[in-house]
Amino acid sequence: MWDVEIRGMTSAHAIIAASIFMATVIPVVLVDNFSVYGTHLVWLYSVACSVAVVNIAVFWLLGISPPTKKNTLNYKLSRLIRSCVYFVLSCLFFHAVVVLYGAPLIESALETFSLAVLLSTLTTLRCLCILGPNVQAWIRVFSRDGWVAMSVWDTSLQITSSCSIVGAWFGAFPIPLDWDRPWQVWPISCSLGATGGFLTGLLAAPLWIRWHRKQLTYKLK
Amino acid sequence: MKRLPILLLLLWLCSVFYVGIFLFVGGFLLVRLEVNRTSSCADVLPPGTSGNRDFCLKEPRFRRAVILIVDALKADFARYDPRNTLPRPFENKLPVLDEMASSRPSHARLYTFRADPPTTTMQRIKGFTTGSLPTFIDVGNNFASSAILEDNLVRQLGQAGKRVVFMGDDTWVSLFPGGFHRSLPFPSFNVKDLHTVDNGILQNIFPILEGNDWDVLIAHFLGVDHCGHRFGPDHPAMAEKLTQMDGVFRSVIQRLQNDTLLVVLGDHGMTDTGDHGGESQKETDAALFLYSSSGLLLAPSSQVEPEVVPQTDLVPTLALLLGVPIPYSSMGQVLLPLFPLNTTLGVPLALSQEEALWINVKQVNRFLETYSNMATDIPADSLWHLRAHFSQLSSQYLSSVHTGTPLPPALVVSMQEYLSSVRETCRASWARFNPVKMACGLLVLCGACAVCYVLSELSSVVLRAGVLKPAVLGGLAAGLAVAAVRLFALGSAEASWGLGAAALGSELLFLWRTWRACPRGRLSPRGLLTAPLLLLLLRCASLLSDSYIISEGRVVTFLLFTLGVYVPVCLNWDGFLVPAPPADAQKPPGLHSPTVPPSTVRRESTFLLVCLSVLVSCLYLSLSFHNCREEQGSCQPSAFLMPLSRLQDSRVRNVHYVLSLVALSAWAFLLHHWLRHYGNLNGSGVARFSARCLLPLASVCMGLHWAVSAAPEDSFRNLAELIGLARVVMPRVSFGLLGLGLLLLWLDPLMVYLKSRGPPSSGGPMPPPRYRASTGISPQAELHHLVPQLYQRIRQSLEDGSALGAESDGRPAVEAYGLGTVYSAPLVLLCGLLGLMLLLLHPEGMALAFLMLLLQATALLHLHASTCTLSSLQSHSSGFSVPWTPVVLWSLAASQFFHATGHLPTFPSIQWGAAFVGFPQGHAGTVLPASLVTLNTFTSHILFAVACPLLLFWPLVCEVRRTRSGRSVAGEDGDDVAMEMKLRENPQQFSSALLQLAVRYLLVSGAQVLASVCAAAFLRRHLMVWKVFAPKLMFEASAFVVSSVFLLFGIALVLRVDVAVACLFHRLLPENSR
Ligand SMILES: [Zn+2]
Ligand SMILES: [Zn+2]
Repeated sequence: MWDVEIRGMTSAHAIIAASIFMATVIPVVLVDNFSVYGTHLVWLYSVACSVAVVNIAVFWLLGISPPTKKNTLNYKLSRLIRSCVYFVLSCLFFHAVVVLYGAPLIESALETFSLAVLLSTLTTLRCLCILGPNVQAWIRVFSRDGWVAMSVWDTSLQITSSCSIVGAWFGAFPIPLDWDRPWQVWPISCSLGATGGFLTGLLAAPLWIRWHRKQLTYKLK
Repeated sequence: MKRLPILLLLLWLCSVFYVGIFLFVGGFLLVRLEVNRTSSCADVLPPGTSGNRDFCLKEPRFRRAVILIVDALKADFARYDPRNTLPRPFENKLPVLDEMASSRPSHARLYTFRADPPTTTMQRIKGFTTGSLPTFIDVGNNFASSAILEDNLVRQLGQAGKRVVFMGDDTWVSLFPGGFHRSLPFPSFNVKDLHTVDNGILQNIFPILEGNDWDVLIAHFLGVDHCGHRFGPDHPAMAEKLTQMDGVFRSVIQRLQNDTLLVVLGDHGMTDTGDHGGESQKETDAALFLYSSSGLLLAPSSQVEPEVVPQTDLVPTLALLLGVPIPYSSMGQVLLPLFPLNTTLGVPLALSQEEALWINVKQVNRFLETYSNMATDIPADSLWHLRAHFSQLSSQYLSSVHTGTPLPPALVVSMQEYLSSVRETCRASWARFNPVKMACGLLVLCGACAVCYVLSELSSVVLRAGVLKPAVLGGLAAGLAVAAVRLFALGSAEASWGLGAAALGSELLFLWRTWRACPRGRLSPRGLLTAPLLLLLLRCASLLSDSYIISEGRVVTFLLFTLGVYVPVCLNWDGFLVPAPPADAQKPPGLHSPTVPPSTVRRESTFLLVCLSVLVSCLYLSLSFHNCREEQGSCQPSAFLMPLSRLQDSRVRNVHYVLSLVALSAWAFLLHHWLRHYGNLNGSGVARFSARCLLPLASVCMGLHWAVSAAPEDSFRNLAELIGLARVVMPRVSFGLLGLGLLLLWLDPLMVYLKSRGPPSSGGPMPPPRYRASTGISPQAELHHLVPQLYQRIRQSLEDGSALGAESDGRPAVEAYGLGTVYSAPLVLLCGLLGLMLLLLHPEGMALAFLMLLLQATALLHLHASTCTLSSLQSHSSGFSVPWTPVVLWSLAASQFFHATGHLPTFPSIQWGAAFVGFPQGHAGTVLPASLVTLNTFTSHILFAVACPLLLFWPLVCEVRRTRSGRSVAGEDGDDVAMEMKLRENPQQFSSALLQLAVRYLLVSGAQVLASVCAAAFLRRHLMVWKVFAPKLMFEASAFVVSSVFLLFGIALVLRVDVAVACLFHRLLPENSR
């Protein structure tokens, strides 16, 4: 039972990681002069889109999303719309947070917003996929007690989301240094940090769960 | 409550820190006094012989000079070795120098030119123009600007009527403003730019050389230095650069005329990585090349040539060769081979070797006498030796002149020895780091931080065990022993070694005894691995990088923001932020106390989030009050930093004035409102007087003062006298009022009003008083805010004593207003008064920043209080201990507002205007202006340090709100809300929590000092050491000293209040029931 779940999660994570890799490689063929630094926004959106598509597909196929009580089309549609609204709101929220952290307010607003979109994709979108549009549940997942009655996917969500955000936070560190490297330009180091953190989280989550499986007492499905 | 032990422990801890700072700074920062006297042609140097003038006596050897300075022209670069077949990029690239020196030895000379540390360009330029040994701090009256006020060669040349033309590194223009006949400066800031300065010089130098509009031409090339910094010497770019220089020298030599002297010199060398600043031989050895087409060396080549020319020797040599007086503070000796021997008077009118040397000796002696009258840093015994040597020299010289016999060669050697020994003596006291002292200071500081950590974890144990006395005694003994040993062994005792030994000894003893007294397992290094301490570690690490120090304001704000966001995240992680879900069957029971109503938790967490958003917006808005460092290229200083009187546009001025007034009145109103809310303004009393009258009055005065000082000079011509008077009187009146308020507050800090209800005693010996600490503003408010009981001991004793006469209406007979905030109210008032006083020292626009500071501090306090409430609601913790997070937040906020009040850790950014507030005519002494400027600079450190004990009180102050909501649901009686009276109930816990809080604050500040000290010590060779790290160290250390002093002041006020409260209860309680 355990091993099945962990194996499933590991393969899902591998698919997501592979999609990020593909999102970096494929544009090299398709787009002229593509490079992660030079045409950073193209890379960023390509990663964001691929992560979004793969996440939605994986969770749809695996049926991780919380079971809905009503199965009417209307209900599904309203859930979908709510999810979209939440996603947009979270983009705006991340944008505001990044600006408060010291990003320029007016110039390079597009870059800042793109970073916000990336962060939302890496965190909020997964929340939406796993927990549905339910902020209460999101908050609860990020508490120690949230461990107790949830599934493997919640743990993975916890780890990947915090890793992405911490990665983006660390990504801000090299910006003030006077090294004059191409990746110190806003927001390249931050989005690289977020992606790196996300990948680390994808790798760390199965390992961590396997390591701690004795302590974890998920409610069996 | 243990008042004295707390104060003594803190005093000891602070003094240990001070000793550490003192030791390190004493070994690292070299200080020298500037002598502000100028030599002139008319000077008669003692011992004056028959009133003869000494300088400008004879015809100068050269009429003109070309001085080419190649920055970082290392001695190795100038050598040429024809046998070297595989030269590295920096070898054999300047063949012209060697060619000239070997083919025309009487026309050219190449020397090794030894610089004195610090080998940074600015200090070196000072060095080879003044002829002295500049240190990092040359204490003079030009602290604010970088202009050289000491006598120097450029000024002497100007006075002699020579036209000095300068081109190159723009540092010169700021060092000698107005000193040049013509100057062509080029920007030197960008180290990565190898060519701008050099190409700028090359475009201009040859036309000027061929023209006739110059006497002395100075060109300062920067390319070699920048190439070293960027690529290091071992790089093809260096070869290219040196080859270019070779071409420049050749073309200049071709264009020289006979009356012109060419000097090519490097200001310092470089290490193998291309850096400089330190004292290794690679950094100090530069090249010096002298050339004249008319012949340079008149002395026979048999005379001994100096191997190495000290950098100071260039100044007297050039001065005498060009026929100008030697600058007053020069301490070099003339390069003898450039002067004719007395016996070979080829040029009859020129100075002979002996004459030049004698003038030189007399001039150095005059400087030494002047300096030793001003300062005491030259040891007395070596001074005595030097004086004896000089008097012997002068008697020998004068007697031989009288008798007309030629000078014995031994006398020349003796004069040279005299000059070298003066130079060595001064060098020893000015130009050498003292690594042992630096290490010792570092060690003491590390120990102090360790003691702080141990003390903060074990404050109660330490207070109980009384560890301090043996530690201090032992430390003193160690210090005295070291001092005595040094006294006997070396014959002289320097205070710093004894101090260092005392500090180290007492630290070690303290740690050892605490370790013995500590129960096992209480102290574990895992306690260091918490998020706030890791963040502090990041902050300290950021002090080791010049880029982070340059953008320090933003870095600190970033870290503060992170820690602020961490608070709710951490609470949520612990499950305290949201109400616990209804207990399910799966939940193990007992995880939560089920009594907490969700609405309470929800309200409290909403409040916490509101506080967080206030904090965040203050953080963001405070970024707009920053000043700019010169290293930050495209940065605009905040518009609010400009004093109103300097704003041109009258509309902008009015808007700024109104904004400042609004901020000022908001500051006063918020304070007043808070005090009134907690019932501290009721009744009459000295402290209330200062809150109710002095505070508003001082604010009005300040508003008027701003209005007056903003008035444009020319618009009210007929009122000019009145305005002038108001400019003096208004600020002085505000200072006086605020000072009076502080004094009154200290004399009677209790802001409690006791009100008797009901008739005076009818029956028993005393009316049966029941006290309550009330916030009573209005009857309704009183119902809400009743803090009826204060002090259970009193109540019990009273009820035990005489429960008979309880009043019929069930309300207590005596109400104590403001007892619930008895500790915090005086502290809040103190901060308010102090804040206004400090605001007066700032530009008017900073009132907004001060308002931000107030709001942010309040938000931080409430954030802390809500956190405490939320976590104590659901997991019962006892004690008043303040966790690390709020302390680190508090201390980082002090650094943040240092920047957000327009300050920077650089000397040019000090707001000197503060010294003239209320004293527009200037000062007579130096103590008052210095303290005004210090107060202005460390405003935010002062305010946050004084207010630090509020962190302990605030959760108790906010108890009212919690209980009100709690009572409404649980229907409890609110009688057990004692607010700050709880502290009096648990004096042990109060003492240890207060000590812990103070020590934690000290540790957070001390860790930052330690980090700056490490940066200065380890990065001595860094390019930016004198520009970034050393000033940062000075500011950080001074900030620590100031904030520790004011922290002690705040703690002392709390203890003073405690004494007063004890007296109050002593008075109130009948003798028998106490
Ligand atoms: Zn230099
Ligand atoms: Zn340099």
